[in-house]
Amino acid sequence: MSTDMMEPQRTRLPANMPSSRLRVDREQWLRTAEDLRESGARLLTLWGTDDRDRDSGFRIAAAYLLTDSVVVVEHLIKETSAPSYPSIAGLFPAALRMQRAVHDLLGISTDEVDTRNWLRHGGWPETVFPLRRDVDGNRQYPIVSEPYPYVEVEGDGVHEISVGPVHAGTIEPGNFRFSVVGEKVLRLEERLGYTHKGIAKLFENFSQEAGHSLAARVSGDSAVAFSWAYCSALEAITGITCPMRAVALRALALEHERLANHMGDLGGLGNDAGFAFGLTHFSRLKEDLLRANSVAFGARYLLDYVIPGGVAVDLTADASRLLLELYDTLESSVTNMRAIYDNHAGLQDRFREAGRLEQNTAEKLGAIGLIGRASGIACDLRVDHPWSPYNSLAVKMIVQTGGDVAARVQVRFDEVVESLRLCRALLAELPIEAIQTPVSIAAANLLGIGLIEGWRGPVMIALETGPDGGIRRCHAHDPSWQNWPLIDYAILGNIVPDFPLINKSFNLSYSGHDG
Amino acid sequence: MVRQFGEVALAIAIAPLFAGWIAQCRAWLQSRTAPPLIQPYRMLRKLFNKDAALAIDASPLFRTTPYIVFGTMVLAAAIIPSIATDLPFARVADAIALIGLFATARVFLSLAAMDIGTAFGTMGARRDMMIGFLAEPALLMVLFNAFLLSGSTALPSVVDASTAHPFFVDPSLIFAAVAFVMVLLAENARIPIDNPATHLELTMIHEAMALEYSARHLALVEWASDLKLFNYACIGFALFLPWGIATHGRDGAPELGLAVAALLVKLIVAGAALALIESLSAKLRIFRAPEYLAMAFLLAVLGLLVHLLLGA
Repeated sequence: MSTDMMEPQRTRLPANMPSSRLRVDREQWLRTAEDLRESGARLLTLWGTDDRDRDSGFRIAAAYLLTDSVVVVEHLIKETSAPSYPSIAGLFPAALRMQRAVHDLLGISTDEVDTRNWLRHGGWPETVFPLRRDVDGNRQYPIVSEPYPYVEVEGDGVHEISVGPVHAGTIEPGNFRFSVVGEKVLRLEERLGYTHKGIAKLFENFSQEAGHSLAARVSGDSAVAFSWAYCSALEAITGITCPMRAVALRALALEHERLANHMGDLGGLGNDAGFAFGLTHFSRLKEDLLRANSVAFGARYLLDYVIPGGVAVDLTADASRLLLELYDTLESSVTNMRAIYDNHAGLQDRFREAGRLEQNTAEKLGAIGLIGRASGIACDLRVDHPWSPYNSLAVKMIVQTGGDVAARVQVRFDEVVESLRLCRALLAELPIEAIQTPVSIAAANLLGIGLIEGWRGPVMIALETGPDGGIRRCHAHDPSWQNWPLIDYAILGNIVPDFPLINKSFNLSYSGHDG
Repeated sequence: MVRQFGEVALAIAIAPLFAGWIAQCRAWLQSRTAPPLIQPYRMLRKLFNKDAALAIDASPLFRTTPYIVFGTMVLAAAIIPSIATDLPFARVADAIALIGLFATARVFLSLAAMDIGTAFGTMGARRDMMIGFLAEPALLMVLFNAFLLSGSTALPSVVDASTAHPFFVDPSLIFAAVAFVMVLLAENARIPIDNPATHLELTMIHEAMALEYSARHLALVEWASDLKLFNYACIGFALFLPWGIATHGRDGAPELGLAVAALLVKLIVAGAALALIESLSAKLRIFRAPEYLAMAFLLAVLGLLVHLLLGA
């Protein structure tokens, strides 16, 4: 760690894990990033804010994950007519798309060569930056379709296949442009942003106590992770501590979310390899869990279960017994399914070597979460930065080094088993006390962050309070941002018909990414 | 002539039923609630009642192909002895012509898929051509096994010859039968080569070619592929399970009734077996398809060798 030179500007940052805040100038912005890269830090997220009304400038912020803490580096851009800052994409490639998104929303540019729009698909004019405070979020603009300059690959026999944004199945929209020779993929270029909903702008209309509900809807399959991250940020700012029972129930819900998604993915992976038997059985298991969720937590997909100050519904003794029985069924069924998957020659032939993401590629590009762990990057907030109640659970780090589809399948199987263990441990020592504590309204202009290891990886909320219990700025970050670009590399040298399987093994969020 | 038309009408009528039966068995094997047996007919009715949408760039070739493909499959049904061997059409076209008919349908469907110029159509067409040019030799080799035994290249004669020696199973036919099932799966866009149930456009073969079709055109393409599967099953029965087919001179009403009953029983068993094979396997990586079809070819050649070295 050589960030000591910045020590004077370092302040403590309210969060659910040790965090600090660094205010830097333009030069230090890049130098800090260099130092952090050298010390092995990972980029968590990057966002911008229009602070012209308060600090007469735009603010760009980046959150980094260090081995022992989280640091948010902020730079206030005083130049307001053509605001810009040095790009950190050379150090943290995952920042590239985030920087492009910041430009689309706020008009703050970088010195990067790639200045193509990322989130703006002609839904608003090039000269309008919707996240600026002087832009009315309700204003509608005619959609003007603009050509998007994809990178072209030239050569003998090279042609392009454009897939999406509307697909043959009921899945979220994204465009994938393949440059292929025969069936072999030479290059893949993604284009996302089709589901941009303007959530960041929408947050400004929410009160602090209602914001969790919007956070839960950033990516519906990670409702617990996002709403918990939001509540963590708010609770850290207001300085309240949740009752331990509520904290344990939140973790239980988070593990249920992980279980449901992993089981859904495992079924989907079987199906995409033409093994429909896997899909039907995992769908059944997932459905059993969702129904149990409905009984135990009052919601199948756990929307609005985590609320500021605690959780919405208490777990009854009956529900607790039901869950324990369910865990036994799930464990034995998943073990059986794993044996079937592992011993099925046809499936293993499809899984192994497909979509290999080498460890050093993953390391360089900043892979995080489940995808990172399948490529040998041991990084799990529940293990490395355990927040309450994970600090007393000794979560096991699940890592595979293969980096192929098979490794991502194995990580999911292992995590299902580990999650079931955590669920049992949480239920066994569930404290008897209240499930909610009142949350006071925070003063204006306070920043706090919440960081939760969702099933995909670290979900982060950076919350800045506004006056009268309002929200000044809330940035919600899905780990899909870091992991989407990795598919471009995992697909190289593979064949076109293997792409759906590889994509499924990543199963990244479109909605969470597009924001 | 009555038999001829009766047979063709039966083929057209029950081909969707066979597809429905396989879908039902697949659902049961995957522990799902099965769709009703008549689901394919409902699908056809729905499609025939819709208005067709055509791509702006579609040429007359694209529009006429569904009719050509359907017609080809009906013609194929006319020369395959599914219930009787006394078929006037079969006398003018032998099994090699039959393969030619299937090839004609394939060529038209591939050309139509490329006609509108979407990436998926072209992708499906070239994959289908790859499967086709590997599957056809294997199918020919399978047929040669039967031809050698019966001394004729006409399917009715093969059936007549083999029913004349009941309970006679030549070892070469076992190799040929395994090879035939492999070719059948590949040619009819089934797992492990293609997945008829997939929604993943990048992995499709047959479905990719039919993506741009709608309404009556799609109905005909779907119906034709049901017929193709039915035809392949009937070729299999004629070659390897000819019992019950009404042969020359013994094809009065009672024999024909028995033949229809035998056909239904065989379809039920074959459909369940196909569904079992499909449910147990995963889809092969597409570049494994040549290995798979080379294996089918090899098995058929082994059958020939067995016949030539051990048999006769």
